[in-house]
Amino acid sequence: MTLEELREIAEKERTRQAQYKHRILYCSSAGCFSSGGESARSAFKKALDEHGLTKECELVGTGCLGLCGEGPLVIVQPDQTLYQHVDEQVAKRIVEEHILKGQIVKENQLDLNDPFFASQKKIVLENMGKTNSESLEEYIAADGYESLAKVLTEMTPEDVINEIRKSGLRGRGGAGYLTGLKWDIVRKSVSEQKYVVCNADEGDPGAFMDRSVLEGDPHRVLEGMAIAGYAVGANQGYVYVRAEYPLAIERLKLAIKQAEKLGLLGNRVLESQFNFHIDIRIGAGAFVCGEETALIRSIMGRRGRPRPRPPFPSEKGLWDKPTVINNVETYANISPIIRNGASWFMSIGTPKSPGTKVFALAGKINRTGLIEVPMGIPLRKVIFDIGGGTPEGSEFKAAQTGGPSGGCIPKEHIDLPIDYESLQTVGSIMGSGGLIVMDSTSDMVDVAKFFMEFCMDESCGKCIPCRVGTKHIYMMLDKIVKGEATEDDFQLLQELCVMVKESSLCGLGQSAPNPVLSTIRFFREEYTKKLKPATCYESGNGQSTVLQNESK
Amino acid sequence: MAEQEVKTKTPPHPGGDNRYKLLDRAITKHHNSGYALIEILHVAQGIFGFLDNDLLYYIANALKLPPSRVYGVATFYHFFRLKPQGEHTFVVCTGTACYVKGANEIQKALEKECQCKFGETTADGKISLMNARCVGSCGLAPVAVIDNVVHGKMTPEEAVRCVRALREETKKEVAV
Repeated sequence: MTLEELREIAEKERTRQAQYKHRILYCSSAGCFSSGGESARSAFKKALDEHGLTKECELVGTGCLGLCGEGPLVIVQPDQTLYQHVDEQVAKRIVEEHILKGQIVKENQLDLNDPFFASQKKIVLENMGKTNSESLEEYIAADGYESLAKVLTEMTPEDVINEIRKSGLRGRGGAGYLTGLKWDIVRKSVSEQKYVVCNADEGDPGAFMDRSVLEGDPHRVLEGMAIAGYAVGANQGYVYVRAEYPLAIERLKLAIKQAEKLGLLGNRVLESQFNFHIDIRIGAGAFVCGEETALIRSIMGRRGRPRPRPPFPSEKGLWDKPTVINNVETYANISPIIRNGASWFMSIGTPKSPGTKVFALAGKINRTGLIEVPMGIPLRKVIFDIGGGTPEGSEFKAAQTGGPSGGCIPKEHIDLPIDYESLQTVGSIMGSGGLIVMDSTSDMVDVAKFFMEFCMDESCGKCIPCRVGTKHIYMMLDKIVKGEATEDDFQLLQELCVMVKESSLCGLGQSAPNPVLSTIRFFREEYTKKLKPATCYESGNGQSTVLQNESK
Repeated sequence: MAEQEVKTKTPPHPGGDNRYKLLDRAITKHHNSGYALIEILHVAQGIFGFLDNDLLYYIANALKLPPSRVYGVATFYHFFRLKPQGEHTFVVCTGTACYVKGANEIQKALEKECQCKFGETTADGKISLMNARCVGSCGLAPVAVIDNVVHGKMTPEEAVRCVRALREETKKEVAV
């Protein structure tokens, strides 16, 4: 496979697609499948067969179309008409009215000029609703693997790293470390063997961006990994996926097979001297494995327990070799950056956080689903324009980002721009991209308890502050919820949170108290009104009072 | 010499259970490497449904790992089950989005209906109740996964109805 052959495939695929008068693209992500996408698909197939339209109209599965709450969703090309709630009846009508007579089924049509779609900027999700997620040819026709070819033929590894550095791309896994810088360290480490790892262990409850990207556009991630491999001098990549995402695993396996068959992965990629293999490693349900050193141990078949850093994985990672670890979304950004240039990427978002971010919008909000917005967009716009606000009769109270490691953004900060630094100023983090909206019915102490229960369960048990601390924070929160806690308990809770935050070994423990601290900061009165009035023990300090209470 | 040969090759399982042949194939595919332990455990659970001690010893032996390591890994990860499951699995997602939309009400209703706690199997061995930490279908919250099929926008009433339907179904099968 050479660059010319790649372009030939693209050209051939484009002419093949042009043969069809219409293309029906149904969302083939897990979200729409669980709301009846499969029956809609077979209804389409049946209707197309009945009317003998199989030569004029192609039926293909595409990536997540975003508005998961209104599924199943279907797009009809060439005019990109988007339909919602497509059940068997609607599918039949679309074929009979839209495909045969050219009349749009108005009742189920979604307006693409609606703020939900118009306010978004799609880079990572650009192929969703445009290409078949199981076809390599369609990905190539949408300029896929062009960047890899460009990198291998025109650029040195240093050029690639410089380009990524110039683009200012920051890790989308949550911490926001500069990707170019990370690659540069691995590039400069001297070792005969290096690795590229893709972190697809999306354990954060309430986040499903990585799953959607892997299900909808797996080749984009593989291409990003291959470019990373070339840049740092690695010949082996691993994708670490959660076992809870069977569809994503299936699509990835297929994508790797297809790419190897065409010589886009494997030995001598695109007939260059560059070899790159990708294997899948399936996780087994441990949140801590999202932490990079734990993930490395898990790939090696061990218990996923983190180790102290430094040495960082960029110096000593898998089998103690230099290893690049990035998130799915980070790799998905690589190919567009190489294709369009660093300055194009810099022009989107804010100077310090360029580009876009994919969010999974869920909770008490009218429109739930997957969105991609430029960095720096005000939270208000995301919640009220894109998300359509909270359901009728309820009032927006707070948005939670960063899952169990993040914090809440209350109503008074609703105009906060969403970027790495701004979120930190209110005690939250960007996180991997879960955005959960809460309304007046959500009790913030209970929310904090929910997250703490999660961290307590998921603590790997290696370091004491996290193992014992999370348990005690949970017990104190439980006491507050039950109305049995005193002011002293509340004080102790805050001290303990700071202690766990400062002395835990890895990110899990260090960030576990964040939801508690953040809810205390913004919703203190919800805690204090649950406290018991001060008891009149004649004890010296707060601690002994607590002990007395407990011993009773 | 003969004894050494036996040691280097995985001895066939004395029980003569054919399912071990499938497992052996996966182990050979990974070159009996200890690094592939998690993959092998996935395969083993896929074949046997759960991992009992006998099976864990067998894997430890085949991969030349101390049994403590195999047991340690199998118990560390939530996905591996050391006990047999009920005929049907009913997983309630307790991710943040589902939690905000009232997953705990569903849990309470199910625990009452099934008379067992989450993580346990009903006394008749029909239904296992389980929690998941997010199945990634947050747009449809609250979500339940019944026998690997995702059901969105669940309510406590609907969940109880599904459980009853599952029980009826198994009864019918028994009657046939």
